[in-house]
Amino acid sequence: MKRILLTGNGAAAWGARLASVDYVPAFPITPQTEIIESLAGWIDNGEMEGRLVTLESEHSMITAAGAAAATGVRVFSATSSQGLLYGMEMLYTVAGWRAPFVLVNVSRGLSAPITLEPDHNDILAARDSGFLQLHCATCQEVLDTVLLAYRLAEDEQVRLPVLVNMDGFYLSFTREPVEIPERERVERFLPAFEPGSIRFRASAPESQAVAVLGGGPYFYFRYQTHLAARNALKVYERVAEEFEALFGRRHAVVEAYCCDDAEYLFVMMGSFATKAKAAVDWLRSNGWLIGLLRPRLLRLFPEAVFRCELAGRRGVAVIDQNLSIGAGGVLHTEVTSALYGQPEAPPVLASFIGGLGGRDIAPEEFYEMAEVIRKAAETGETPPPRLLYTETELRETRKLQAIAQVERRQLGEG
Amino acid sequence: MTATQSPLKPKAYKSSVKPVWCPGCGHFGVLSAVTKALAHLALAREEVALVSGIGCSSRLPAYTELYGFHGVHGRALAVASGLKAARPDLTVLVAGGDGDGFSIGGNHFLHACRRNMDIAYIVMDNEVYGMTKGQASPTTAPDWTHSKLTPHGTGIPSFNPAAIALASGATFIARGFSGDPGGLTRLLVEAIQHPGFAFLQVLSPCTTFRPEQKEWKKMVHPFDEDATGNPVEAAQRIVADDGMSTGLLYRTRIPVWQPANRVSMEVSELEGGFQV
Repeated sequence: MKRILLTGNGAAAWGARLASVDYVPAFPITPQTEIIESLAGWIDNGEMEGRLVTLESEHSMITAAGAAAATGVRVFSATSSQGLLYGMEMLYTVAGWRAPFVLVNVSRGLSAPITLEPDHNDILAARDSGFLQLHCATCQEVLDTVLLAYRLAEDEQVRLPVLVNMDGFYLSFTREPVEIPERERVERFLPAFEPGSIRFRASAPESQAVAVLGGGPYFYFRYQTHLAARNALKVYERVAEEFEALFGRRHAVVEAYCCDDAEYLFVMMGSFATKAKAAVDWLRSNGWLIGLLRPRLLRLFPEAVFRCELAGRRGVAVIDQNLSIGAGGVLHTEVTSALYGQPEAPPVLASFIGGLGGRDIAPEEFYEMAEVIRKAAETGETPPPRLLYTETELRETRKLQAIAQVERRQLGEG
Repeated sequence: MTATQSPLKPKAYKSSVKPVWCPGCGHFGVLSAVTKALAHLALAREEVALVSGIGCSSRLPAYTELYGFHGVHGRALAVASGLKAARPDLTVLVAGGDGDGFSIGGNHFLHACRRNMDIAYIVMDNEVYGMTKGQASPTTAPDWTHSKLTPHGTGIPSFNPAAIALASGATFIARGFSGDPGGLTRLLVEAIQHPGFAFLQVLSPCTTFRPEQKEWKKMVHPFDEDATGNPVEAAQRIVADDGMSTGLLYRTRIPVWQPANRVSMEVSELEGGFQV
C-alpha cells in the first residue's frame, strides 16, 4: 500500500484504474477533464489496460457507456454539470437497460447564469433517473467509493448504474494524502465483472429491450428497476463491511460524527461537510452537544438510518447546496419525508440553503445555524427556510445590477 | 428598423469587458473584424443580436455592445433560429468554435444550413478544444498527438466544414483568416448581407494549445477562382482544397425561410374564403 498526494480527480482516476475497467468513453468538461486525461495517460504508457475513446458529446458518451456495459464489460466514465444534464435522456435510458457501470460526476452549478463553481443541482437532477448516487467528502473516499460503486452496480440484486459524486474545485482540484490499495487486495474485493445474463454471445444472439411497451409491461419493468434500487441499501452495507475488513476504512451509509450524545445535528452532503465537522469540534469545545450526519447514499436514501439517528434530537439543521426552484432544499425534503409520522422525530427540522455556485459556507455561518436551531428548539417551532447569504453579498450584487442598468441606458441613448 | 443616428465607429460596438483570451489568440482579430463589419454596414447596435454557445470563442458577445446571448454548449444555432423567427427585423450573428459547432452542436449545423434562415454563422476554428485545455476537436487532424486524451492522435478523419455545409444546403460558404482583418471584414460584410444562412469558417489560431498555428499566416492563400453558384463546382473545389484557401467559395440564392410571425389575414377575409 502506498500513500500519495492526489486530487479528487486523480483519486477518481485511480479508482477506475484499480477497478481494471475495460472501456472509458470520454468527453472533456471542466472541472472533470483531469480524470479522463489521467486514464488516457496510463492507457498510453501501458500502466493500464482498457480502451478510452473520445466521443462528440456527453449524450453520446453516456449512450456508449450504457451500450458497452450491456455487453458485459466493465465501463467507467466521468462528467460534470451541463454535461450530466445534456446526457440526462440517456441516464434514464441506460438505467432502464439495467446496464451496470460507474459514472463520476464532478459537481458544478447549472446554467443559467453560467457558473464553473460547485453546487449539487447537477447531480440532484439525476435523482429520479434510476442511477444510484454516492456522495464523497474526501479524496480517499472518492477512490474507495469508485470501487464500492462497482460492487454495488454489478451486484445481482441491483444491476444498476451508479453515480459517484464529488464537489468541483473544492475536491476535484484539492490534493489530499490518499492511500492507493494494493492491486491484489482490490482484486479480492472487486474481481472481474461476472455479467451473468448481461452479455453478447455470438452463439446466441438476443435482442435487448427493443420493444415499445405501454401500460402493464412498461409499469412492470419500471417497478422492477425501483425494487432493484431498493435492494441497494443492504447490498451497500454488505460490501462496505467487506471493504472495511480488507482495507480498514469504513464508509457507512451515513457518516455520523459526534452524534451519540448530540442534542443538535447538522445534516449535509459532500466535501463541505468537512467544514461542518470543524464547526462541530469548535462548538463542542464551547459546550455544545452537537454532531453531524452526512449521507453517502442519496439514492437509495437511507430513510431508516435517518429515522433512527434523528430520533429524540432537539433540533436539526439540514444544509442544502442546491435549490429545487420554488420548493427549496432537496435534502431537506428527503429528510422530512423520511420522518413523517415518526413519534420521536425532532420537533425542529430547519432548512438552510447555502453554497450555491461555489459560495463558501463560513464557520460563523455554521455557528449561526446552530444558534438558530437551539432558539427554535426552545419554542418547538421550525423556522422558515433560510439562505446563507450576507448583506455584503446582496449589496455587491445590487451594485453590479446598478452598473448594468446605467450601461444599458447609455447604450439606449448612445 | 432603420438606424436613428449617424454611423458608429467600430470601437462603439466593443464593450468595456476585457477579453480573457490568451495573448496572440486569433479571436481578437475576429472581434475586431465583427466590429468593423457592423460599422461598415452602419448597423445600429440595437439592431444586431450576437448569439454564441460555450467555449473560448463563445465569449465574443460579452466583448461587444450588442444584444448578446451566451448560450448553452452546442445550441447557439438553435437559440439564433428561435430569435430570428420571432424577430426577423434583427440582424442575427452566431459565433462559436469548432467544438461547439461541429461536435456537441453538430446536428444543429446541418439543419441550420438546410433551413436557410437569414443568419450569419461565424465558426472560429482552431482545431482544438481550448477552454478544456487542448483536446482534439472534429476539425483536428487525425494524427495530431499533442492532446493528453489522444496521445497518438484520434485516428479519425477530420470533419470538413465546407463540404458538410454544401451537402446540407448552405447558400453561402466562405473561409476567412483572423490574421487578415481586412479580408475577414469584407467576408463578414458579405455574410451579413447575404439573404439566407451564411457560413463563415474563420481560421483562428490557438497560440496556447496549437502554437504551430502561428504559421497559418504563411500558409493561407486566396481561393484561385471567384465564388461559384454551382454546387458541383463548389464540391470539386472543396475536394481539391488544402483547407487554407480563404475567400468566398460558394453563393447561391434560394428563398429564405422565415415563418410568418403575425396573422397575415383578417378573420373577415378568412371567413370570406368559405363559400356556402
